[in-house]
Amino acid sequence: MSATGIGASVRRKEDQRFITGKGHYTDDISRPGQAHAYFVRSPHAHATVRGIDTAAASAKPGVLAILTGAQLAADKIGNLICGWMIHSKDGSPMNMAPHPALAAGKVNHAGDAVAVVIAETLAQARDASEAVKVDYQVLPAVVDPAKAQAKGAPQIHEGAPNNTIYQWEIGDSAAAEAVFKSAKHVATVDLINNRLVPNALEPRAALAEYDDGADSLTLWNTSQNPHVARLVISAFVGMAPEHKLRVIAPDVGGGFGSKIFIYPEEVVCLWAARKVGRPVKWTADRSEAFLTDCHGRDHVTHAELALDDNGRITGMRVKTIANLGAYMSTFSSAVPTYLYATLLSGQYEIPMIHCAVDAVYTNTVPVDAYRGAGRPEATFVVERLIEVAARQLGLDPAELRRRNFVKTFPYQTVVASLYDAGDYNASMKKAMDIHDVKGFGKRRRVSARSGKLRGLGYSTYIEACGVAPSAVVGSLGAGVGLWESAEVRVNPAGTVEVLTGCHAHGQGHETTFAQLVSERLGIPIEQVSVVHGDTDKVQFGMGTYGSRSGAVGMSAIAKALDKVEAKAKKIAAHLLEAAEADIVFQDGKFTVAGTDKSLAFGEVALGAYVAHKFPTGEIEPGLKEGAFYDPTNFTFPAGCHICEIEIDQDTGRTEIVAWTAVDDFGVVINPMIVEGQVHGGIAQGVGQALLEGAVYDADGQLVSGSFMDYAMPHAENFPSIKVDTTVTKCPSNPLGIKGCGEAGAIAAPAAVINAITDAVGHENVTMPATAQVVWAAVRKAKAVRAAA
Amino acid sequence: MYNFTFHQPTTLRQAVNLLAKNEDAKLLAGGHSLLPVMKQRLASPAAIIDISRIPELSGVELKGRSVVVGAGTTHSEVANSQVLKDSIPGLAEVPASIGDPHVRHRGTIGGSIANNDPNADYPAAALGLGATIITNKRRIAADDFFQGMFTTALEPNEIITKMQFPIAKKCAYQKFKHPASGFALVGVFVSKRGSDVRVAVTGAGANGVFRVPEFEAALKKRFNAKSLDGLSVSADGMNNDIHAGPEYRAHLVGVLARRAVADANARKD
Ligand SMILES: Cc1cc2nc3c(=O)[nH]c(=O)nc-3n(C[C@H](O)[C@H](O)[C@H](O)COP(=O)(O)OP(=O)(O)OC[C@H]3O[C@@H](n4cnc5c(N)ncnc54)[C@H](O)[C@@H]3O)c2cc1C
Repeated sequence: MSATGIGASVRRKEDQRFITGKGHYTDDISRPGQAHAYFVRSPHAHATVRGIDTAAASAKPGVLAILTGAQLAADKIGNLICGWMIHSKDGSPMNMAPHPALAAGKVNHAGDAVAVVIAETLAQARDASEAVKVDYQVLPAVVDPAKAQAKGAPQIHEGAPNNTIYQWEIGDSAAAEAVFKSAKHVATVDLINNRLVPNALEPRAALAEYDDGADSLTLWNTSQNPHVARLVISAFVGMAPEHKLRVIAPDVGGGFGSKIFIYPEEVVCLWAARKVGRPVKWTADRSEAFLTDCHGRDHVTHAELALDDNGRITGMRVKTIANLGAYMSTFSSAVPTYLYATLLSGQYEIPMIHCAVDAVYTNTVPVDAYRGAGRPEATFVVERLIEVAARQLGLDPAELRRRNFVKTFPYQTVVASLYDAGDYNASMKKAMDIHDVKGFGKRRRVSARSGKLRGLGYSTYIEACGVAPSAVVGSLGAGVGLWESAEVRVNPAGTVEVLTGCHAHGQGHETTFAQLVSERLGIPIEQVSVVHGDTDKVQFGMGTYGSRSGAVGMSAIAKALDKVEAKAKKIAAHLLEAAEADIVFQDGKFTVAGTDKSLAFGEVALGAYVAHKFPTGEIEPGLKEGAFYDPTNFTFPAGCHICEIEIDQDTGRTEIVAWTAVDDFGVVINPMIVEGQVHGGIAQGVGQALLEGAVYDADGQLVSGSFMDYAMPHAENFPSIKVDTTVTKCPSNPLGIKGCGEAGAIAAPAAVINAITDAVGHENVTMPATAQVVWAAVRKAKAVRAAA
Repeated sequence: MYNFTFHQPTTLRQAVNLLAKNEDAKLLAGGHSLLPVMKQRLASPAAIIDISRIPELSGVELKGRSVVVGAGTTHSEVANSQVLKDSIPGLAEVPASIGDPHVRHRGTIGGSIANNDPNADYPAAALGLGATIITNKRRIAADDFFQGMFTTALEPNEIITKMQFPIAKKCAYQKFKHPASGFALVGVFVSKRGSDVRVAVTGAGANGVFRVPEFEAALKKRFNAKSLDGLSVSADGMNNDIHAGPEYRAHLVGVLARRAVADANARKD
C-alpha cells in the first residue's frame, strides 16, 4: 500500500478549504445586477386560493416583479415530476398529481409557495412579500398517513381518490397467508418510522442568470446531482433545452438526500431571471428549510415474522403505509417500494415474504429519500422483528440471528435482491468480541446497583447501495439509468484532472478519488484534482446518493484509468523504442521488462502531448480518456452494530454508554473517511431513535418547525464509538467497493430501540424514544410485572 | 428584521431618558432573547436602546449578607465569579447549562430575568433564593416580580439595574434539559437559609416559574431529600407540549427537587 493509495488514511484535501471558511457555496456567489427572491408561502396546510392581490406589494420600494402560479402557467412552465413510475398491484399507474412550482389555485401544505417577490434587496423583497394579499379559503387538512385513506378524509388531489398514490406489493400474499396459518411461532410489531427533517448545515439556495445574447441560462444551486437537475428542468419543466442550460453545484454543505430533488425554488429563479432580465438569488432561511426541504421516512407498519420450533424463520408479512406528503417529489415513489421491500430479507434466509405498501398524500411537506432511504425503514422492521422473536422464544438474539443468517453466496432473496458476497457471522462475531458482550451481564448488575437499567441491542443490517444497474432500475420504473461517467485528463507535465459525474457534499471525493489515481498512476495525490458539479465541464453524470460514488463513480474512473494506462503504454513503447508487450507499468514508471530503461509517468505524459516520437496516424496525440460504467448489480454492505444504553429510571433519560460497529464495506479506500461516515451515520440514526421527530398538529402546522422544537443530536449524546470492519470484496465492480455512506443511519435506530426495550422489558417504545417515552415504558413494564 | 433606530447610551440616566423619549422602544442587553424574535419579524420595536455599554450595570459585589449582581452581568461572568462561587455556589452553577459559549458570553442575567421565559433558568434561581430585583425606580421582591410567562412587574419605563441575592450556601439547581432547545424542560432551584427554605420550579408550569409550598414545608422540618418522599406536585397547571406532558413534568419536579436537595446538602459549609 502506498502512502496515498487505496487503503491509506490520507487527510482530506478539501478540509483546509472548508475549515478555514474558504469554501464556495451557492450563497457566496453573486452576479452583477443580482436581484433577490422571497417566496410568499401558504400559512395554511390546505386551502383554496381565491385570489392574489399584488397591487400594494408591487408599489413597495425596490420591487422588480411579483410573480404567481397563473403567470407560470401562462408561460407554459411545466410541473415538477416524480421520475420513478410505480404500478399498483392491479396494474394501474401511480397517481402523480400536478406539482406546479407556484401553487395553481390551491395550496396543499404549510409552506407551499403561492407567489414570489423579486426585489433589489432581500429585505425589500421580504417587506413587500408581507403586503401580498392572498385570499385563502381554508380546507380541513390530513397529516397522519394512517388516516389519509379513511372515509371522509379531506381529499387533496382530484386524480388521487382516498389520497392514495399507489397500492403496491411484492411477494405472494396467499402463499404468505398459508405460511402464517401453519406457523409455530409468530412475532408481531407495530412500528412508526418517525418523520425526519434533513437539516443539512447549508440551507438550499439557487442563483439563476439569463444571458440574452446567447439566450442561455445558468443555475447555481445546492444540488447533489446537477446533471439530473438540468435534465428534469430542461426535458420536463421545459425551461430551456439542455445545451442552453448550465447547472453548477459548487461546494455544497451537506445533502443527506434532500438535495437530490428538483425543487420549485430553482425553477422559479430561472424563470424569474429571464422574465426580469436580472440574475435572481434565493437562499432558504432555516425556517423555510424546515417547511420546504423534503422530509424523510414517515411509515406506519404492521409486521409479522413466522418461525418454526428450531427458531428458523419461515416467513414474513409486512403492511406499510408510506406518507409521501403533499406532492410526489423526484424519487419519492421508489423509496418505500424498491428501496424498502427489497431489503426485507435482511441478513437472513427467509423463504417467503409478502409486503404491501400503500403510498398516500397528506397535507405535509413532500417526503423523499433521506440518508438510507427505505433501507433504514426496512432494517427497523426486520431487526425489531428478530429481536422480539428472540425474546418470545427465549433465545439469545445473537443466536437467533446466527441460525438464520445467509451463509452461501450469491444468495437470491425472495424479494428480488441478489446478495453477491458477505460473511454476516464474521462481522457479528467480531462486533461481539470488541464490544465484550460476555461482560454485559456484569455491567448490567453494576448499573442496577445505582438504580439504572442497562440494555444491549443488536442491529445486523443490510443495505443495497451502489445504485444501480441501469437495466434493472429501468425495468422497475426508473426514468433514468444509474451508471456513472468519468474522464481522466492528463496534463502535459503529468498532473491529472479527474472529471466525475458524482458530486461531493461532505463525502471527501477530492481525496478518495485522488487516492485511486495515485494508486494507479503512481503520482502523489497533490498532483490530482477532482472536477465535479458543473454541467459545462462534466458531460453527464448521475450524481451522489445511495452510497454510489465509490462503487459506481470510482469504477468509472478506474475504467478511464485503464484506457489512459493502455494508451500511455503504447506511447512509452515508442519513446523507449521497445515492443509494447515488453512495457511494464508499475509505481508510476514505464519500464522495458528486464532492463533498467524506464520513463516516469510525467515523461510519458509530456511525450504524448509533444507527439514527436510516435506515429500520430496510429496513436492520437494527447492523453485523455473517458468512460461510462454501469454496475452489474447493487452492492450489499452489511454489518453488525451493538448499542449499549443505560436508563435513569426516575427521569427516563437514555444514555448511550457504548457502541460498536463492525461493517463490511468491501474494499476501503480511506479508512479515516469511512470511519467518519460511520460516525455521522450513527449520529443521524441515533437522532432518529432518541431525538428527532417532525410533528404536525391536526391543522397541518409543523409544530417542530425550528431547532427550538426539533431536537438534533449533539456530541454529548454519544460515547466514543468503536468502529471496525470485516472485508468481503464486492464482486460486482472492479474495485470491490460496497459503499459506506448510509450504513450508520440504517443500522442505528434498531440497535438503540432493541437496547432500550431490552433494558425496560417492554416492547412498545416508539421513536423518538424521548425521556418521557422511556419513562412511560418503564412504568408500563413495572405495572405489567406487578400484575403478573 | 425591520428597521429601527439604534441608541447606545453609556449611563443609566441616558438610558432612562431615551426610554422615556422613544415610544415603542426596547432595551437590548445581550440580545439573545430579543434578536431572535426580531429576526423572525415577530417583534418590531421602533427603537433599540443598547444598554450593554453602561458600566454601572455590570459586576458582582459582596454586600453584607447578600451578593449584588448587576443586570448587565453576562452568564459567563456569573459562572466565573469567585464571590458567587464562595457565597452562593448554587447560583454560580446555573449559567453552565445555559445555551452555548456564544450565548453565555453575551446573554445577561438581567435580560433573562426581565424576559421571564417560562423555560429559562435564572427565574428559578431568583425565586428560589428570594432575590430582590432592583430597578431605576424601586425594589421588587422576586415573589412579586414574576407574574406569568414573559410577564413581570416591570413597568414600561423601568430598567433592572441590579439583583440582590441573599447569601445561601445550601442551595442547588437541577435542570432537565429540553432535548431541542437546551432550556429547562423542568428546572428546580432549592435553597436553605436559616429557617427559610425555598423550592422554585421553572419549565414545568403553564404560567411560568412557581414555588412549591408543600415541598418547602416538608423541607423546613428537615432539609433532606427523604422529607419529600410521598410528596408530589399536581399535574394540573403543568405545561403540555410535544416534548412532555403535564404528568411527566409534574413527576420531574419531584425527582429534580430531591436531587437538588441532595446536591445542596452535599456542599461543605
Ligand atoms: C441558542 C440559545 C440558547 C439559550 N439557552 C438558554 C438556556 O438554556 N437557559 C436560559 O435560561 N436561557 C437560554 N437562552 C436565553 C439567554 O439566556 C438570553 O441571553 C437571556 O434570556 C436574555 O438575556 P439577554 O441579555 O440576551 O437579553 P436581551 O435579549 O437583550 O433582552 C431580553 C428582554 O429583556 C429586556 N431587558 C434586557 N435587559 C433589561 C434590563 N436590564 N431591564 C429591563 N429589561 C431588560 C429586553 O428589552 C428584552 O425584552 C438561550 C438563548 C439562545 C440564543
